[in-house]
Amino acid sequence: MSKDNEILEEFTSKEYEHGWSVNYEADEAPIGLNEDIIRWISAKKEEPQWMLDWRLKAYRHWETMEEPTWPNVRYPKIDYQSLRYYSAPKQKKKPSNINEVDPELLKIYDRLGISLNEQKRLQGIAVDAVLDSVSVGTIFKDTLSKLGVIFCSFSEAVKEHPELVKKYLGSVVPATDNYFAALNSAVFSDGSFCYIPKGVRCPMELSTYFRINAANTGQFERTLIIAEDQSYVSYLEGCTAPQRDENQLHAAVVEIYAAEKAEVKYSTVQNWYPGDKNGKGGIYNFVTKRGICAGNHSKISWTQVETGSAVTWKYPSCILKGDHSIGEFYSVAVTNNYQQADTGTKMIHIGKNTRSRIVSKGISAGHSQNSYRGQVQVMKRATNSRNFSQCDSLLMGDKCGAHTFPYIDIHNSTAKVEHEATTSKIGEDQIFYCNQRGIDSEDAVALIVNGYAKEVLNQLPMEFAVEAQKLLALTLEGSVG
Amino acid sequence: MLSIKNLHASIEGTPILKGISLEIKPGEVHAIMGPNGSGKSTLASVLAGREEYEVTEGEVSFKGKDLLELSPEDRAREGVFLAFQYPVEIPGVSSTNFLRTAVNQVREYRGQEPLDAVKFLTLMKEKMKLVEIDQKLLSRALNEGFSGGEKKKNEIFQMAVLEPSLSILDETDSGLDIDALKVVANGVNQLKTKENATIVVTHYQRLLDYIVPDFVHVLYNGRIVKSGAKELALELEEKGYDWIKEEVSGTAV
Ligand SMILES: Nc1ncnc2c1ncn2[C@@H]1O[C@H](COP(=O)(O)OP(=O)(O)OP(=O)(O)O)[C@@H](O)[C@H]1O
Ligand SMILES: [Mg+2]
Repeated sequence: MSKDNEILEEFTSKEYEHGWSVNYEADEAPIGLNEDIIRWISAKKEEPQWMLDWRLKAYRHWETMEEPTWPNVRYPKIDYQSLRYYSAPKQKKKPSNINEVDPELLKIYDRLGISLNEQKRLQGIAVDAVLDSVSVGTIFKDTLSKLGVIFCSFSEAVKEHPELVKKYLGSVVPATDNYFAALNSAVFSDGSFCYIPKGVRCPMELSTYFRINAANTGQFERTLIIAEDQSYVSYLEGCTAPQRDENQLHAAVVEIYAAEKAEVKYSTVQNWYPGDKNGKGGIYNFVTKRGICAGNHSKISWTQVETGSAVTWKYPSCILKGDHSIGEFYSVAVTNNYQQADTGTKMIHIGKNTRSRIVSKGISAGHSQNSYRGQVQVMKRATNSRNFSQCDSLLMGDKCGAHTFPYIDIHNSTAKVEHEATTSKIGEDQIFYCNQRGIDSEDAVALIVNGYAKEVLNQLPMEFAVEAQKLLALTLEGSVG
Repeated sequence: MLSIKNLHASIEGTPILKGISLEIKPGEVHAIMGPNGSGKSTLASVLAGREEYEVTEGEVSFKGKDLLELSPEDRAREGVFLAFQYPVEIPGVSSTNFLRTAVNQVREYRGQEPLDAVKFLTLMKEKMKLVEIDQKLLSRALNEGFSGGEKKKNEIFQMAVLEPSLSILDETDSGLDIDALKVVANGVNQLKTKENATIVVTHYQRLLDYIVPDFVHVLYNGRIVKSGAKELALELEEKGYDWIKEEVSGTAV
């Protein structure tokens, strides 16, 4: 083995930082999945009948579906009957605002570096904290509501804003869309809801922080973002989970609706527990994220930094229905050890003069497998639509793999679609060059990797970008000595 | 400052350096010349700590420390600087960011406080003048798409910022136009003090008109086969290397 690989190997073996868990009294559904469990969840959440009916319909459909096998990932068959579908920390009384939340629960977020104290919070970020199956609290709610912005947990939205939820739930990702979306639709427990009224530029970043704590429990949250005409919102999502030997399932759904001239920026820094060095444990992250640019001149931009999870299956997509609408996808996906990621995007051009841009940067280290899968579809009516895709892969060492699966499907001859792809390796000479200037190998790799991912990191809001840079370095730490 | 004794080094089992000895004192400039493939870059790489080269015999001490014991980054932090013959490109990393990381790691090693952004930029500005390098170049990704000459200039700029005690310039003159050559040489001269030393590897006497060496050594087939004053460079320019090769084979073992 060359020195190069030795160095990289050492560098890629850093422990996961958020692997701890806490004990709290939990309200749990019995293990297994059937209609009664769904009724149990719905009752627990005191949901109206229409919500229960929607869930049951999704469940019945899910039962007829097969788990997809086309992604380029391998994992043992999931026994859906052995999982628990609801677990929530027991709170003595329903908190009406963040100050009434059990301080023990808030401590979990403090330990993660996420302060839920409005006074202590950096200005400009409102957080909804989701622990296992429920939202434990949302901050800056009052400030936002003065502008007419609704930012609350999904459960609350079902109760307080049923007309909005009814109208948009499943409108972008139908309950029958795919296996994991159907499962989520049947059993989803909580998540975030966000509504930006016409003409409002949301003055702060909205953020949801997902934390899985309970063992043997799946996490199924849903996020719904509705941006009315000429509104703007930037939304952030972060996530971590304890270190456990068994795999845990996370199957989320995110739906975004952008009306005329609305703009939604959705950023994710995904840091679920990736499993240990030998590939034991870790989260299965099977997520459906989709946005629709329904109005003319609307824009949806996905930015993701994927560092965690044992297996990732995720394709944040844009349906460009409005004329002149724009879809963007910026992604950095890092895999290390035995992680597997099959991720990418779908850009569906329906309206005229629609534009999409895809920038995907894969980084593979250790024995990991990293696949980009992207689809660009141009429909008949979409004259003058444009797509540009750039898919780069960076390899660290020689035991990992990088794969690119672009699908292009064009039904309008005026469309212009460009695809560029590169594969490179972190060179020993690059590391040595840094060393020779006094930079140690670990920082050298961090510099090189951050340089490589720069175009994507630049899309993230400032505070997140710094976080993401550190995370990239941390994920790859130990692969260079 | 630098003392090389009977240094032997090989790569993948092939011996390249076959017994090099060299003494360099503070304030001195040594030129190393020699035909292609004679081992000049290898010597530079071994001194800088490139790990593919295996040192099979000999010792190197630098400011009283065993240089061969130190990691490449520690050698740099101790003050060894190599201006590469072929500087590498690091996409997406700006020169500014790269150098700031370097400067602060060196400072940390020396127990100094890191430079804040303002102080660092002041330092950059000052050194930019010295080597007449364009600010635009430095905001671009490190060496990415730089012309050959721009890369070389950037090496000297980095040297100016890092203020090493021993600089090894490996064919920094090749690829530079006449004006750039003067600028670079001028920069090197301005950075010269009584405390630091320079090794200039070159094929051309021309550079030595600007950076005047105290000693000239001829490296041939992994050995220093001739040393002399700066006139030796002129003689080489005139006569080429054949006479040296003959001399060597005459006395060869
Ligand atoms: N991996 C290798 N295996 C075998 N020989 C090698 C290897 N790498 C370098 N060499 C040889 O080592 C010798 C010395 O190379 P070096 O680069 O030090 O020469 P140089 O004096 O700097 O030449 P130039 O003037 O062309 O820059 C050359 O003959 C080169 O081919
Ligand atoms: Mg050379």
